Amino acid sequence: MSTDSVQEKLTHLLDDAISAITAADSVSTVEALRVQYLGKKGIVTEQLKQLGSLPADERPQVGRWVNDAKRTLQERLSVRKQELESAARGHQLDREVLDVTLPGRGNGVGGLHPITRTLHRVESLFVQMGFEIADGPEIEDDYHNFEALNIPENHPARAMHDTFYFDEHTLLRTHTSPVQIRYMEQHKPPLQIIASGRVFRCDSDLTHTPMFHQTEGLMVDEGVSFADLKGVLVHFLEQFFEDELRVRFRPSFFPFTEPSAEVDISCVICTGEGCRVCKQTGWLEVLGCGMVHPEVFRHVDIDSEKYTGFAFGLGIERLAMLRYRINDIRLFYENDLRFLRQFN
Amino acid sequence: MRISEQWLREWVSPKLESKALANRLTLAGLEVTRLEPAGADLKGVVVGRIGSLREHPHADRLKLCSVDIGRRGRLEIVCGAPNVVAGMKVAVALPGTELPNGVHVEKSEIRGVVSMGMLCSAFELGLAESAEGLLPFDSDASLGQPVRDYLQLNDMIMEIELTPNRGDCLSVAGVAREVAALTATRLKAAHTKIRNIPATSKRRFKIKLQAEQDCPRYVGRVIEGINSTVTTPIWMVERLRRSGARSISPIVDVTNYVMLELGQPMHAFDLDKLVGGIRVRHAKKNESLTLLDGTRPRIQAGTLLIADHKGPVALAGIMGGLDSAVTDKTHNLLIESAYFRPQTIAGRARSLGMQTESSFRFERGVDPYLQRQAMQRATSLLLDIVGGRPGPILEESLTRHVPRRASVTLRRRRLTQLLAQELPVSKTQGILTRLGMRVRKRGDGWRVTPPSHRFDIEREEDLVEEVARVYGFESLPSKMPRISMGSRFASENHIPAERFKAVLADRDYQEVITYSFVDPALQRLLEPATEPMTLRNPISADMAAMRISLWPGLLQAVVYNRNRQQLRLRLFELGRCFVGTGKNLVQELMLGGALMGPVLPEQWGSEARAVDFYDAKGDLEALLQVTGGRDEFQLQPGQHPALHSGQSAEITKNGANVGWLGALHPEFVAKLDLGDPVFLFQVRVSVLQTARVPQFSEVSKFPAIRRDLSFMVDAGVPAQAVLDCAAAAAGELLVDLQLFDEYRGEGIDSGRKSLSLGLTLQDSSRTLKEEIIEAITVRVIDSLQAGLGAELRKK
Repeated sequence: MSTDSVQEKLTHLLDDAISAITAADSVSTVEALRVQYLGKKGIVTEQLKQLGSLPADERPQVGRWVNDAKRTLQERLSVRKQELESAARGHQLDREVLDVTLPGRGNGVGGLHPITRTLHRVESLFVQMGFEIADGPEIEDDYHNFEALNIPENHPARAMHDTFYFDEHTLLRTHTSPVQIRYMEQHKPPLQIIASGRVFRCDSDLTHTPMFHQTEGLMVDEGVSFADLKGVLVHFLEQFFEDELRVRFRPSFFPFTEPSAEVDISCVICTGEGCRVCKQTGWLEVLGCGMVHPEVFRHVDIDSEKYTGFAFGLGIERLAMLRYRINDIRLFYENDLRFLRQFN
Repeated sequence: MRISEQWLREWVSPKLESKALANRLTLAGLEVTRLEPAGADLKGVVVGRIGSLREHPHADRLKLCSVDIGRRGRLEIVCGAPNVVAGMKVAVALPGTELPNGVHVEKSEIRGVVSMGMLCSAFELGLAESAEGLLPFDSDASLGQPVRDYLQLNDMIMEIELTPNRGDCLSVAGVAREVAALTATRLKAAHTKIRNIPATSKRRFKIKLQAEQDCPRYVGRVIEGINSTVTTPIWMVERLRRSGARSISPIVDVTNYVMLELGQPMHAFDLDKLVGGIRVRHAKKNESLTLLDGTRPRIQAGTLLIADHKGPVALAGIMGGLDSAVTDKTHNLLIESAYFRPQTIAGRARSLGMQTESSFRFERGVDPYLQRQAMQRATSLLLDIVGGRPGPILEESLTRHVPRRASVTLRRRRLTQLLAQELPVSKTQGILTRLGMRVRKRGDGWRVTPPSHRFDIEREEDLVEEVARVYGFESLPSKMPRISMGSRFASENHIPAERFKAVLADRDYQEVITYSFVDPALQRLLEPATEPMTLRNPISADMAAMRISLWPGLLQAVVYNRNRQQLRLRLFELGRCFVGTGKNLVQELMLGGALMGPVLPEQWGSEARAVDFYDAKGDLEALLQVTGGRDEFQLQPGQHPALHSGQSAEITKNGANVGWLGALHPEFVAKLDLGDPVFLFQVRVSVLQTARVPQFSEVSKFPAIRRDLSFMVDAGVPAQAVLDCAAAAAGELLVDLQLFDEYRGEGIDSGRKSLSLGLTLQDSSRTLKEEIIEAITVRVIDSLQAGLGAELRKK
């Protein structure tokens, strides 16, 4: 066979193969063609095997031709395979189109009660200032709830507490202040604590629930002054409301502090213009505080000449109502899911 | 307390307008909570005199009045008031007037007769909540004068919220003293000096003090021959009104007026109804008395009484008796002005379920040197209004029992330390002096004697407060304290309660906070074995028992929401429960949950299914897992009265009960009308909070082998028993054991069930050989068969 006819044969072969590859419509067809042409017994492979039967001077020339044809086919096969694979993936994507706007499946997420949410926030702010968390019982004795706090029997301040009683000496705590006493009975100054929890007053109307929450604060050390009290509370209120509020300390009376103050903030609803919430005064009362009364120190055996301290009590419902603009305290204890879910 | 600014300004009038004055008081601790006009502007309402009266030709109850309004002439006005009489001076609303109650007055025809205006009652003038008939004016009222001027309505009423320590401010005089001190203004002399009214009669009445400490001073005075049929002058009625008091009768009005003005509660007896003499004494057993308000309380022995020789005539300092009260037929009076010890009165009125203006003042402390002054003031007013001849002042005093204010030392160093500011000496002295204190310099400080009305000044801190509040809390410095580092840090063994709340919230539970007191009836059904603490004075009968479990509250929240169309409920609460009484009372934090309705929120593509026992158990187990010691807790069948007998598990740790889990007993589901099953759990928080600090163990590099085995056992054999038995038999190479199928029904004998276990075996030091795996498998099979009668179904 002449080299010309070999070349011609190869050209045909190549043409046939290329049109077959181009026509292939699946990866498996391409694979079959690869075997047909380039496999161990493939057409092109056969050609290479036959090189030996050619005259020695023609072998290099024909060998080059066969190898070129082989490379071309390999390339064509690989390109076609990729084309087909990519087309197939395209089909798969088309087939698998989802409506991504359909809602996701599974469980929902619940939430915490707005009082808990507020308590956590108050506690974390004071903890960041260095206060520790203390705790005390809800069923109290009159000694810790009243006497040790300098509220003797028949004191008019006792009448203002509307106390729930179990018997003559056992009651539901009317404030978190007994925790002050219990803590100071166990610990010596310096101390700075906060104590939160439920408190109870025998009072139930539009603006009172018989149970509510307070956070008590107490700091005792040498040289603690009224200035420290002002500093801590102003800082707390500004952080809690995330606002530069006007804060006003107004003299008041609590049997267990002296001097005593009530703290007002500029109304967060009307910013001091006067509205229904602040009863047109522009001010909102948010907490009571004062310097620990020496009588209180006497009851817990702390030397009031050496140590001084301040104490404060925050109404959590009040803070929550102002922060989240809740207009009815009774909502907290109805536990209506439509109310509670608003705070999740 | 309500106080008229006009009245106050008669005593002291600083150069401050109403609002500024109110603010000054507020910032000194006398909080002015309201400041409002004393009356409407009443434009077009003038004083008129009813000249003549005629019957209305077409109406029985109406009268035609000819009303003289001074220079502007006479008006024909139709009036239907029952008390209309000729000669009466009244308020006349002219045509075009808008009255405070919204009535617009015009010239109008009333049943065929033209009326040129309207005669007004106190209600129509906005001076009373209601009124019967016209408001009669005094005979000296000048015709045609605007009623606003006549009644001096250009006044503001201040509502002051007084703290219990400031009983001395419960009067015009008291507030005036305070205003004078705060604004450095002088009190007007005319009102501080009270005229002595000399006796014109010699009539006396015996007074005997038989409770020396409780009543060390009693001042009385007889007034003979009074005319009690007159009416109280309108200026006094107005002042009483502005102070929040109702006019009752001229004599009672005078005693109330003096109390409001000076702070001394007084009482007037009808002298002719008293027998023998006054005895101030303690009540004996079984004494009683009908009070002015018509009640007849049981009087505790020892209560301080005003009595005559026959029996009690008044509850001292609280309320007078009905029988000796003044009436419009009274001719002779005995007026009482006494000092009662605050501790004696305190709590008495409240224990009788009453509070009076009098007891309110006595229990806060009335100036023990005020009684004579008040008597003079009352005499003078009574003579002006009801006439009569006053007898001599009858005073019984036991000076040694009359309280005297002790002097108190104020150290300058202490003042400076507490306020963190050094005030000039003159400033401190000036404040104390203006407050009526006697101030003597002593070394680096002062010896201070408070005035007799300041019951609240007893120690150094009281003086510090006085200086601080008058100086102004606003003006005192503010700083952040030096806070010493806390010594107690949270241990890693202790999980904060918040963590458990977060777990449940993240599993789609909503936290609730329910009352700590619950309905005793509901609680008794759920927890019949435990007697709760019971409130003596609950808000209502269904809030009387302290909760011993969170379930009554949770179930009430379930019912509440269920009734509001909420069908999927997953609620939890963390709070104290109260078990035991007296010394054995335990107030323990519990965590409880209630769930019912669909297991998942409504959604497409997931089969809707109602929540069941195992969903609740899964949530509970999540809580147990947080402790890091799930395997320390056991859940075993147990019986709880609130729970379904076949679907309840007792949770134990180290053999002790720590909680319960189960389905609410169907009986209660029906009783609460819930319709669907409710699942409940509750666990002690302190047990959950006790955590294990994790200890690392080597992760095996060798492959784990899994073998699945299915057994048939009697249906009554608990799965846990099978698991426990298999685990024990498999030994320490078992690293995981799963129960992946439970089957009853076709192919299984009735009374039997199939359980499929997946055992994962692994060694930390070598790849497990087949013989070992086979040996373990056989051990498990044999052991289950021997122990529980389990029969292998397939490997």
